[in-house]
Amino acid sequence: MKRRHVLLAVIVLVALWQLFALVVNKAMLPPPLAVARALARELPRDLGQHFAASALRVLGGLALSILLAVPAGLALGQSQRLNRLFSPFIYLLYPVPKVVLVPILLLFLGIGDAPKIAIIFLILFFQILVLVRDQAAAIRPELIQSVRSLGAGRRALFTYVYLPASLPAILTALRQSVGTAVAVLYIAELFATKYGLGYYIYINGTTYLDFPAMYAGVIAMSLLGLGMYFTVDWLEHKLCRWQFVS
Amino acid sequence: MITLRSLHFSYHSGHPVFSDFNWSVNAGEMWAILGPSGCGKTTLLYILAGLRAPERGEVMIHNQRITRPRPQTGLILQDYGLLPWATVRDNVMLGLNLRRFYGPDGRHAPANDQARSRLPAVQRWLDRLGLTSVADRYPGQISGGQRQRAAIARTLVLEPDLLLMDEPFASLDAPTREGLQTLLLELRAEQNITTIIVTHAIEEAAFLGRKILALNRPPITEPVIVDNPHAGERNTPGYLDMCARLRSMLDSGAGAIRKSLRQAQL
Repeated sequence: MKRRHVLLAVIVLVALWQLFALVVNKAMLPPPLAVARALARELPRDLGQHFAASALRVLGGLALSILLAVPAGLALGQSQRLNRLFSPFIYLLYPVPKVVLVPILLLFLGIGDAPKIAIIFLILFFQILVLVRDQAAAIRPELIQSVRSLGAGRRALFTYVYLPASLPAILTALRQSVGTAVAVLYIAELFATKYGLGYYIYINGTTYLDFPAMYAGVIAMSLLGLGMYFTVDWLEHKLCRWQFVS
Repeated sequence: MITLRSLHFSYHSGHPVFSDFNWSVNAGEMWAILGPSGCGKTTLLYILAGLRAPERGEVMIHNQRITRPRPQTGLILQDYGLLPWATVRDNVMLGLNLRRFYGPDGRHAPANDQARSRLPAVQRWLDRLGLTSVADRYPGQISGGQRQRAAIARTLVLEPDLLLMDEPFASLDAPTREGLQTLLLELRAEQNITTIIVTHAIEEAAFLGRKILALNRPPITEPVIVDNPHAGERNTPGYLDMCARLRSMLDSGAGAIRKSLRQAQL
Protein backbone atom coordinates (compact mmCIF):
# COMPACT_ATOMS: atom_id res chain seq x y z
CA MET A 1 0.00 0.00 0.00
CA LYS A 2 1.42 3.35 -1.03
CA ARG A 3 1.45 6.38 1.23
CA ARG A 4 -0.06 8.46 -1.59
CA HIS A 5 -3.11 6.18 -1.69
CA VAL A 6 -3.65 6.42 2.07
CA LEU A 7 -3.51 10.21 1.86
CA LEU A 8 -6.01 10.16 -0.99
CA ALA A 9 -8.38 8.02 1.09
CA VAL A 10 -8.13 10.56 3.95
CA ILE A 11 -9.09 13.38 1.57
CA VAL A 12 -12.05 11.41 0.17
CA LEU A 13 -13.33 10.60 3.69
CA VAL A 14 -13.07 14.25 4.82
CA ALA A 15 -14.88 15.35 1.65
CA LEU A 16 -17.70 12.84 2.31
CA TRP A 17 -17.97 14.12 5.88
CA GLN A 18 -18.23 17.70 4.61
CA LEU A 19 -20.94 16.60 2.18
CA PHE A 20 -22.98 14.86 4.88
CA ALA A 21 -22.60 17.86 7.20
CA LEU A 22 -24.03 20.12 4.46
CA VAL A 23 -26.90 17.75 3.76
CA VAL A 24 -27.82 17.10 7.42
CA ASN A 25 -27.19 20.71 8.44
CA LYS A 26 -27.64 20.19 12.19
CA ALA A 27 -25.51 21.02 15.25
CA MET A 28 -24.96 17.33 15.95
CA LEU A 29 -22.95 16.91 12.72
CA PRO A 30 -20.50 19.84 12.52
CA PRO A 31 -18.37 20.16 9.36
CA PRO A 32 -14.69 18.99 9.47
CA LEU A 33 -13.32 22.53 9.67
CA ALA A 34 -15.30 23.34 12.84
CA VAL A 35 -14.06 20.10 14.44
CA ALA A 36 -10.48 20.85 13.38
CA ARG A 37 -10.78 24.25 15.05
CA ALA A 38 -12.18 22.66 18.22
CA LEU A 39 -9.38 20.09 18.17
CA ALA A 40 -6.72 22.82 17.88
CA ARG A 41 -8.40 24.81 20.66
CA GLU A 42 -9.02 21.92 23.07
CA LEU A 43 -5.85 19.89 22.59
CA PRO A 44 -3.55 22.21 24.60
CA ARG A 45 -6.26 22.39 27.31
CA ASP A 46 -8.44 19.52 28.62
CA LEU A 47 -8.34 17.24 25.58
CA GLY A 48 -4.56 16.82 25.80
CA GLN A 49 -4.86 15.58 29.40
CA HIS A 50 -7.65 13.19 28.51
CA PHE A 51 -5.63 11.92 25.55
CA ALA A 52 -2.59 11.34 27.76
CA ALA A 53 -4.71 9.46 30.33
CA SER A 54 -6.17 7.17 27.67
CA ALA A 55 -2.83 6.62 25.96
CA LEU A 56 -1.18 5.67 29.25
CA ARG A 57 -3.91 3.14 29.96
CA VAL A 58 -3.61 1.53 26.53
CA LEU A 59 0.18 1.45 26.64
CA GLY A 60 0.13 0.10 30.19
CA GLY A 61 -2.24 -2.72 29.24
CA LEU A 62 -0.20 -3.37 26.11
CA ALA A 63 3.12 -3.57 27.95
CA LEU A 64 1.68 -5.81 30.65
CA SER A 65 0.12 -8.22 28.17
CA ILE A 66 3.28 -8.50 26.05
CA LEU A 67 5.39 -9.03 29.15
CA LEU A 68 3.19 -11.89 30.39
CA ALA A 69 1.73 -13.41 27.22
CA VAL A 70 4.94 -13.78 25.20
CA PRO A 71 6.84 -15.94 27.72
CA ALA A 72 3.66 -17.92 28.46
CA GLY A 73 2.99 -18.46 24.74
CA LEU A 74 6.58 -19.53 24.13
CA ALA A 75 6.43 -21.96 27.04
CA LEU A 76 3.16 -23.50 25.83
CA GLY A 77 4.44 -23.66 22.26
CA GLN A 78 7.59 -25.49 23.32
CA SER A 79 6.03 -27.99 25.68
CA GLN A 80 3.24 -30.25 24.52
CA ARG A 81 2.61 -31.31 28.10
CA LEU A 82 2.05 -27.76 29.34
CA ASN A 83 -0.10 -27.04 26.31
CA ARG A 84 -2.27 -30.11 26.92
CA LEU A 85 -2.77 -28.92 30.49
CA PHE A 86 -3.69 -25.32 29.66
CA SER A 87 -5.32 -25.45 26.24
CA PRO A 88 -8.83 -26.39 27.56
CA PHE A 89 -8.77 -23.27 29.75
CA ILE A 90 -7.61 -21.07 26.88
CA TYR A 91 -10.20 -22.71 24.62
CA LEU A 92 -12.96 -21.70 27.04
CA LEU A 93 -11.69 -18.24 27.99
CA TYR A 94 -10.43 -17.00 24.62
CA PRO A 95 -13.87 -16.45 23.00
CA VAL A 96 -15.46 -14.82 26.07
CA PRO A 97 -16.15 -11.17 25.10
CA LYS A 98 -13.94 -9.46 27.65
CA VAL A 99 -15.91 -6.21 27.54
CA VAL A 100 -18.68 -7.79 29.64
CA LEU A 101 -16.11 -8.06 32.43
CA VAL A 102 -15.84 -4.26 32.75
CA PRO A 103 -18.47 -3.94 35.54
CA ILE A 104 -16.89 -6.82 37.47
CA LEU A 105 -13.42 -5.34 37.16
CA LEU A 106 -14.78 -1.99 38.35
CA LEU A 107 -16.28 -3.68 41.41
CA PHE A 108 -13.05 -5.45 42.26
CA LEU A 109 -10.43 -2.90 41.22
CA GLY A 110 -12.39 0.24 42.05
CA ILE A 111 -11.99 3.59 40.33
CA GLY A 112 -8.77 4.82 38.77
CA ASP A 113 -6.53 3.31 36.14
CA ALA A 114 -6.34 -0.30 37.38
CA PRO A 115 -9.64 -1.65 35.95
CA LYS A 116 -9.03 0.09 32.59
CA ILE A 117 -5.54 -1.35 32.26
CA ALA A 118 -6.84 -4.74 33.40
CA ILE A 119 -9.53 -4.94 30.71
CA ILE A 120 -7.07 -4.01 27.95
CA PHE A 121 -4.64 -6.55 29.36
CA LEU A 122 -7.30 -9.28 29.28
CA ILE A 123 -8.15 -8.63 25.65
CA LEU A 124 -4.57 -8.45 24.41
CA PHE A 125 -3.23 -11.23 26.63
CA PHE A 126 -5.27 -14.01 25.03
CA GLN A 127 -4.72 -12.75 21.49
CA ILE A 128 -0.94 -12.64 21.94
CA LEU A 129 -0.83 -15.87 23.92
CA VAL A 130 -2.65 -17.91 21.29
CA LEU A 131 -0.75 -16.53 18.30
CA VAL A 132 2.68 -16.79 19.94
CA ARG A 133 1.91 -20.31 21.16
CA ASP A 134 0.86 -21.46 17.68
CA GLN A 135 3.86 -19.83 16.05
CA ALA A 136 6.29 -21.36 18.54
CA ALA A 137 4.68 -24.78 18.06
CA ALA A 138 4.91 -24.43 14.27
CA ILE A 139 8.70 -24.02 14.22
CA ARG A 140 9.97 -26.98 12.23
CA PRO A 141 11.76 -29.56 14.39
CA GLU A 142 14.55 -29.73 11.79
CA LEU A 143 15.36 -26.07 12.48
CA ILE A 144 15.52 -26.71 16.22
CA GLN A 145 17.67 -29.82 15.71
CA SER A 146 20.18 -28.12 13.48
CA VAL A 147 20.53 -25.12 15.78
CA ARG A 148 20.96 -27.52 18.71
CA SER A 149 23.64 -29.33 16.76
CA LEU A 150 25.52 -26.01 16.48
CA GLY A 151 25.69 -25.97 20.26
CA ALA A 152 22.49 -24.21 21.33
CA GLY A 153 20.97 -25.14 24.67
CA ARG A 154 17.61 -23.99 26.00
CA ARG A 155 18.69 -20.41 26.68
CA ALA A 156 20.25 -19.90 23.25
CA LEU A 157 17.30 -21.55 21.51
CA PHE A 158 15.04 -19.03 23.21
CA THR A 159 17.21 -16.06 22.18
CA TYR A 160 18.16 -17.16 18.67
CA VAL A 161 15.12 -19.16 17.55
CA TYR A 162 11.93 -18.94 19.59
CA LEU A 163 11.93 -15.21 20.24
CA PRO A 164 12.71 -14.04 16.69
CA ALA A 165 10.37 -16.67 15.27
CA SER A 166 7.47 -15.36 17.35
CA LEU A 167 8.04 -11.66 16.67
CA PRO A 168 5.69 -11.70 13.64
CA ALA A 169 3.03 -13.38 15.80
CA ILE A 170 3.37 -10.74 18.51
CA LEU A 171 3.00 -7.96 15.97
CA THR A 172 0.08 -9.67 14.22
CA ALA A 173 -1.66 -10.05 17.57
CA LEU A 174 -1.14 -6.36 18.29
CA ARG A 175 -2.36 -5.36 14.85
CA GLN A 176 -5.51 -7.42 15.31
CA SER A 177 -6.29 -6.22 18.80
CA VAL A 178 -5.21 -2.59 19.27
CA GLY A 179 -8.47 -1.50 17.63
CA THR A 180 -10.54 -3.63 19.99
CA ALA A 181 -8.47 -2.42 22.91
CA VAL A 182 -9.22 1.23 22.17
CA ALA A 183 -12.93 0.43 21.67
CA VAL A 184 -13.13 -1.32 25.01
CA LEU A 185 -11.18 1.50 26.63
CA TYR A 186 -13.97 3.84 25.52
CA ILE A 187 -16.54 1.67 27.31
CA ALA A 188 -14.36 1.40 30.41
CA GLU A 189 -13.85 5.17 30.56
CA LEU A 190 -17.58 5.78 30.69
CA PHE A 191 -17.56 4.60 34.30
CA ALA A 192 -15.96 5.81 37.50
CA THR A 193 -13.46 8.26 36.07
CA LYS A 194 -13.08 11.95 35.23
CA TYR A 195 -10.17 11.39 32.85
CA GLY A 196 -9.84 9.72 29.51
CA LEU A 197 -11.17 10.23 26.01
CA GLY A 198 -14.21 8.01 26.66
CA TYR A 199 -15.29 10.30 29.47
CA TYR A 200 -14.48 13.41 27.42
CA ILE A 201 -16.54 12.29 24.42
CA TYR A 202 -19.45 11.23 26.57
CA ILE A 203 -19.62 14.35 28.73
CA ASN A 204 -19.33 16.76 25.77
CA GLY A 205 -21.96 14.88 23.82
CA THR A 206 -24.55 14.47 26.59
CA THR A 207 -24.02 17.09 29.29
CA TYR A 208 -22.32 20.10 27.67
CA LEU A 209 -23.76 19.44 24.19
CA ASP A 210 -20.51 20.86 22.78
CA PHE A 211 -20.60 18.84 19.57
CA PRO A 212 -17.41 20.15 17.93
CA ALA A 213 -15.54 19.24 21.14
CA MET A 214 -17.20 15.82 21.18
CA TYR A 215 -16.09 15.18 17.60
CA ALA A 216 -12.59 16.42 18.49
CA GLY A 217 -12.59 13.70 21.16
CA VAL A 218 -13.71 11.11 18.61
CA ILE A 219 -10.89 12.21 16.29
CA ALA A 220 -8.40 12.08 19.16
CA MET A 221 -9.48 8.54 20.04
CA SER A 222 -9.25 7.49 16.39
CA LEU A 223 -5.77 8.99 16.21
CA LEU A 224 -4.79 7.01 19.29
CA GLY A 225 -5.87 3.76 17.60
CA LEU A 226 -4.36 4.76 14.26
CA GLY A 227 -1.09 5.82 15.85
CA MET A 228 -0.70 2.44 17.50
CA TYR A 229 -1.66 0.66 14.29
CA PHE A 230 0.95 2.63 12.33
CA THR A 231 3.56 1.95 15.01
CA VAL A 232 2.93 -1.79 14.75
CA ASP A 233 3.24 -1.51 10.96
CA TRP A 234 6.51 0.36 11.27
CA LEU A 235 7.89 -2.12 13.81
CA GLU A 236 6.96 -5.00 11.55
CA HIS A 237 8.92 -3.53 8.65
CA LYS A 238 11.80 -2.72 10.96
CA LEU A 239 12.01 -6.00 12.90
CA CYS A 240 10.68 -8.51 10.37
CA ARG A 241 12.36 -7.25 7.23
CA TRP A 242 12.76 -10.81 5.97
CA GLN A 243 8.99 -11.12 5.57
CA PHE A 244 8.80 -8.22 3.13
CA VAL A 245 11.53 -9.21 0.71
CA SER A 246 10.59 -11.04 -2.44
CA MET B 1 36.93 -42.61 16.10
CA ILE B 2 33.28 -43.73 16.37
CA THR B 3 32.29 -46.94 18.11
CA LEU B 4 28.74 -48.17 18.59
CA ARG B 5 28.42 -50.99 21.09
CA SER B 6 25.32 -53.18 21.52
CA LEU B 7 23.10 -50.35 20.38
CA HIS B 8 19.39 -50.86 20.93
CA PHE B 9 16.74 -48.43 19.76
CA SER B 10 13.03 -48.74 19.09
CA TYR B 11 10.28 -46.30 18.20
CA HIS B 12 7.35 -45.53 20.47
CA SER B 13 5.37 -48.26 18.74
CA GLY B 14 7.78 -50.77 20.27
CA HIS B 15 9.23 -52.01 16.99
CA PRO B 16 12.97 -52.28 17.39
CA VAL B 17 14.99 -50.46 14.74
CA PHE B 18 18.44 -51.42 16.01
CA SER B 19 19.03 -54.44 18.14
CA ASP B 20 22.44 -55.29 19.54
CA PHE B 21 24.01 -53.29 16.72
CA ASN B 22 27.79 -52.76 16.57
CA TRP B 23 29.61 -50.53 14.14
CA SER B 24 32.81 -48.52 14.03
CA VAL B 25 34.22 -45.71 11.92
CA ASN B 26 37.87 -44.68 11.71
CA ALA B 27 39.01 -41.06 11.66
CA GLY B 28 39.12 -39.49 8.21
CA GLU B 29 36.78 -42.02 6.58
CA MET B 30 33.99 -41.14 4.19
CA TRP B 31 30.88 -43.22 4.78
CA ALA B 32 27.51 -43.37 3.10
CA ILE B 33 24.60 -44.94 4.94
CA LEU B 34 22.22 -46.28 2.30
CA GLY B 35 18.73 -47.59 2.79
CA PRO B 36 15.06 -47.14 1.92
CA SER B 37 12.92 -44.71 3.91
CA GLY B 38 11.92 -46.02 7.31
CA CYS B 39 14.99 -48.22 7.68
CA GLY B 40 16.36 -46.19 10.59
CA LYS B 41 19.24 -44.45 8.83
CA THR B 42 18.20 -40.97 9.98
CA THR B 43 17.67 -42.32 13.49
CA LEU B 44 21.22 -43.66 13.45
CA LEU B 45 22.56 -40.27 12.37
CA TYR B 46 20.58 -38.47 15.10
CA ILE B 47 21.96 -40.89 17.67
CA LEU B 48 25.49 -40.11 16.46
CA ALA B 49 24.66 -36.39 16.65
CA GLY B 50 23.57 -36.78 20.28
CA LEU B 51 20.06 -35.56 19.44
CA ARG B 52 18.49 -38.91 20.22
CA ALA B 53 19.48 -41.35 22.94
CA PRO B 54 19.66 -45.12 22.41
CA GLU B 55 17.74 -47.28 24.88
CA ARG B 56 20.72 -49.49 25.52
CA GLY B 57 24.28 -49.66 24.38
CA GLU B 58 26.73 -46.84 23.98
CA VAL B 59 27.99 -44.41 21.40
CA MET B 60 31.62 -43.40 21.77
CA ILE B 61 33.23 -40.64 19.72
CA HIS B 62 36.92 -40.00 20.43
CA ASN B 63 36.54 -42.08 23.61
CA GLN B 64 33.84 -39.77 24.84
CA ARG B 65 30.40 -41.16 25.54
CA ILE B 66 27.72 -39.26 23.61
CA THR B 67 24.73 -38.12 25.65
CA ARG B 68 24.14 -34.69 24.09
CA PRO B 69 25.23 -32.83 20.94
CA ARG B 70 29.00 -32.65 20.77
CA PRO B 71 30.37 -29.25 19.75
CA GLN B 72 32.95 -30.71 17.35
CA THR B 73 30.29 -32.58 15.36
CA GLY B 74 28.66 -30.78 12.43
CA LEU B 75 25.16 -31.74 11.28
CA ILE B 76 23.61 -30.85 7.93
CA LEU B 77 19.99 -31.70 7.16
CA GLN B 78 17.92 -31.88 4.01
CA ASP B 79 15.89 -28.81 4.86
CA TYR B 80 19.01 -26.68 5.51
CA GLY B 81 17.96 -25.53 8.99
CA LEU B 82 18.69 -21.88 8.22
CA LEU B 83 17.04 -19.14 10.26
CA PRO B 84 14.59 -17.49 7.84
CA TRP B 85 14.88 -14.12 9.61
CA ALA B 86 18.67 -13.93 9.38
CA THR B 87 20.76 -13.07 6.34
CA VAL B 88 23.08 -15.66 4.80
CA ARG B 89 26.03 -14.01 6.53
CA ASP B 90 24.28 -14.04 9.93
CA ASN B 91 23.31 -17.66 9.39
CA VAL B 92 26.91 -18.60 8.63
CA MET B 93 27.94 -16.75 11.80
CA LEU B 94 25.27 -18.44 13.92
CA GLY B 95 27.48 -21.22 15.29
CA LEU B 96 30.20 -18.73 16.25
CA ASN B 97 27.62 -16.47 17.90
CA LEU B 98 26.27 -19.41 19.90
CA ARG B 99 29.80 -20.21 21.06
CA ARG B 100 30.37 -16.64 22.14
CA PHE B 101 26.97 -16.71 23.86
CA TYR B 102 28.09 -19.59 26.09
CA GLY B 103 31.84 -19.08 26.09
CA PRO B 104 34.23 -22.05 25.90
CA ASP B 105 32.39 -24.17 28.49
CA GLY B 106 33.15 -27.61 27.01
CA ARG B 107 29.43 -28.39 26.73
CA HIS B 108 28.09 -26.02 24.09
CA ALA B 109 31.48 -25.07 22.71
CA PRO B 110 34.85 -26.83 22.85
CA ALA B 111 36.71 -25.98 26.04
CA ASN B 112 39.61 -24.44 24.09
CA ASP B 113 37.37 -22.59 21.67
CA GLN B 114 38.39 -19.21 20.24
CA ALA B 115 35.18 -18.21 18.49
CA ARG B 116 36.12 -14.54 18.24
CA SER B 117 39.35 -15.25 16.39
CA ARG B 118 37.42 -17.23 13.79
CA LEU B 119 35.16 -14.37 12.67
CA PRO B 120 37.36 -13.65 9.59
CA ALA B 121 36.75 -17.28 8.61
CA VAL B 122 33.10 -16.38 7.95
CA GLN B 123 34.07 -14.27 4.95
CA ARG B 124 36.55 -16.92 3.82
CA TRP B 125 33.86 -19.60 3.80
CA LEU B 126 31.35 -17.31 2.10
CA ASP B 127 33.96 -16.80 -0.63
CA ARG B 128 34.93 -20.46 -0.84
CA LEU B 129 31.31 -21.54 -1.30
CA GLY B 130 30.43 -18.74 -3.71
CA LEU B 131 28.02 -17.02 -1.34
CA THR B 132 29.56 -13.56 -1.12
CA SER B 133 27.14 -12.05 -3.64
CA VAL B 134 24.11 -13.29 -1.65
CA ALA B 135 25.59 -12.77 1.84
CA ASP B 136 23.10 -10.02 2.70
CA ARG B 137 20.03 -11.82 1.36
CA TYR B 138 17.61 -13.91 3.39
CA PRO B 139 17.29 -17.68 2.86
CA GLY B 140 13.89 -17.15 1.22
CA GLN B 141 15.56 -15.13 -1.53
CA ILE B 142 18.19 -17.64 -2.66
CA SER B 143 18.12 -20.99 -4.45
CA GLY B 144 18.06 -24.39 -2.76
CA GLY B 145 21.65 -25.06 -3.77
CA GLN B 146 22.77 -21.75 -2.26
CA ARG B 147 20.86 -22.52 0.93
CA GLN B 148 22.58 -25.85 1.32
CA ARG B 149 25.96 -24.22 0.64
CA ALA B 150 25.14 -21.68 3.37
CA ALA B 151 24.35 -24.57 5.74
CA ILE B 152 27.66 -26.22 4.83
CA ALA B 153 29.57 -22.94 5.37
CA ARG B 154 27.86 -22.49 8.74
CA THR B 155 29.02 -25.92 9.82
CA LEU B 156 32.56 -25.80 8.41
CA VAL B 157 33.32 -22.40 9.91
CA LEU B 158 33.22 -24.18 13.28
CA GLU B 159 36.02 -26.53 12.14
CA PRO B 160 34.26 -29.81 13.03
CA ASP B 161 36.14 -33.11 13.10
CA LEU B 162 33.01 -35.08 12.25
CA LEU B 163 30.44 -34.15 9.64
CA LEU B 164 27.01 -35.82 9.66
CA MET B 165 24.69 -35.22 6.73
CA ASP B 166 21.09 -36.37 6.39
CA GLU B 167 19.96 -36.49 2.74
CA PRO B 168 21.59 -33.08 2.24
CA PHE B 169 21.05 -32.90 -1.51
CA ALA B 170 17.74 -34.76 -1.85
CA SER B 171 15.60 -31.73 -2.64
CA LEU B 172 17.95 -30.23 -5.23
CA ASP B 173 17.80 -30.60 -9.01
CA ALA B 174 20.27 -33.01 -10.62
CA PRO B 175 22.96 -30.57 -11.88
CA THR B 176 23.00 -28.67 -8.54
CA ARG B 177 23.09 -31.95 -6.65
CA GLU B 178 26.02 -33.30 -8.63
CA GLY B 179 27.89 -30.00 -8.28
CA LEU B 180 27.47 -30.07 -4.51
CA GLN B 181 28.46 -33.74 -4.29
CA THR B 182 31.73 -32.93 -6.08
CA LEU B 183 32.22 -29.88 -3.85
CA LEU B 184 31.67 -32.03 -0.77
CA LEU B 185 34.39 -34.47 -1.83
CA GLU B 186 36.78 -31.54 -2.46
CA LEU B 187 36.04 -29.92 0.91
CA ARG B 188 36.39 -33.24 2.67
CA ALA B 189 39.78 -33.86 1.09
CA GLU B 190 40.91 -30.33 2.04
CA GLN B 191 39.71 -30.48 5.64
CA ASN B 192 40.14 -34.22 6.25
CA ILE B 193 36.88 -34.43 8.16
CA THR B 194 35.39 -37.79 9.02
CA THR B 195 32.10 -37.71 7.12
CA ILE B 196 28.92 -39.78 7.27
CA ILE B 197 26.20 -39.05 4.76
CA VAL B 198 22.77 -40.64 4.92
CA THR B 199 21.04 -41.17 1.60
CA HIS B 200 18.33 -43.23 -0.07
CA ALA B 201 19.88 -42.64 -3.51
CA ILE B 202 22.06 -45.48 -4.75
CA GLU B 203 24.00 -43.24 -7.16
CA GLU B 204 24.81 -40.81 -4.36
CA ALA B 205 26.05 -43.55 -2.05
CA ALA B 206 28.18 -45.02 -4.87
CA PHE B 207 29.69 -41.63 -5.73
CA LEU B 208 30.32 -40.34 -2.20
CA GLY B 209 30.80 -43.34 0.09
CA ARG B 210 34.27 -44.83 0.24
CA LYS B 211 32.55 -47.23 2.59
CA ILE B 212 28.85 -47.91 2.40
CA LEU B 213 26.71 -49.11 5.28
CA ALA B 214 23.62 -50.71 3.75
CA LEU B 215 20.55 -50.84 5.94
CA ASN B 216 17.43 -52.71 5.06
CA ARG B 217 14.28 -53.58 6.90
CA PRO B 218 14.52 -53.18 10.67
CA PRO B 219 15.36 -54.61 13.12
CA ILE B 220 18.97 -54.17 12.12
CA THR B 221 21.30 -56.40 14.01
CA GLU B 222 24.56 -56.43 12.14
CA PRO B 223 26.14 -53.89 9.82
CA VAL B 224 26.33 -54.75 6.13
CA ILE B 225 29.39 -52.91 4.87
CA VAL B 226 30.43 -52.51 1.25
CA ASP B 227 33.90 -51.30 0.38
CA ASN B 228 33.74 -48.91 -2.56
CA PRO B 229 37.07 -48.21 -4.25
CA HIS B 230 35.19 -46.35 -7.01
CA ALA B 231 34.04 -43.46 -4.82
CA GLY B 232 34.48 -40.13 -6.58
CA GLU B 233 33.99 -41.70 -10.01
CA ARG B 234 30.94 -41.05 -12.11
CA ASN B 235 29.83 -43.24 -15.01
CA THR B 236 32.93 -45.45 -15.00
CA PRO B 237 32.33 -49.22 -15.30
CA GLY B 238 33.34 -49.66 -11.65
CA TYR B 239 30.83 -47.04 -10.53
CA LEU B 240 28.05 -48.58 -12.62
CA ASP B 241 28.84 -52.04 -11.24
CA MET B 242 28.70 -50.67 -7.71
CA CYS B 243 25.31 -49.07 -8.40
CA ALA B 244 23.98 -52.34 -9.80
CA ARG B 245 25.26 -54.25 -6.80
CA LEU B 246 23.79 -51.83 -4.28
CA ARG B 247 20.49 -51.88 -6.16
CA SER B 248 20.21 -55.65 -6.05
CA MET B 249 21.05 -55.58 -2.34
CA LEU B 250 18.31 -53.12 -1.56
CA ASP B 251 15.76 -54.83 -3.77
CA SER B 252 16.07 -58.21 -2.19
CA GLY B 253 15.89 -57.48 1.51
CA ALA B 254 18.12 -58.20 4.45
CA GLY B 255 18.59 -61.93 3.87
CA ALA B 256 19.57 -61.42 0.29
CA ILE B 257 22.16 -58.80 1.24
CA ARG B 258 24.15 -61.39 3.08
CA LYS B 259 23.82 -63.76 0.14
CA SER B 260 25.02 -61.24 -2.38
CA LEU B 261 27.91 -60.34 -0.11
CA ARG B 262 28.91 -63.97 0.09
CA GLN B 263 28.81 -64.16 -3.68
CA ALA B 264 30.90 -61.05 -3.95
CA GLN B 265 33.50 -62.55 -1.71
CA LEU B 266 33.71 -65.77 -3.76
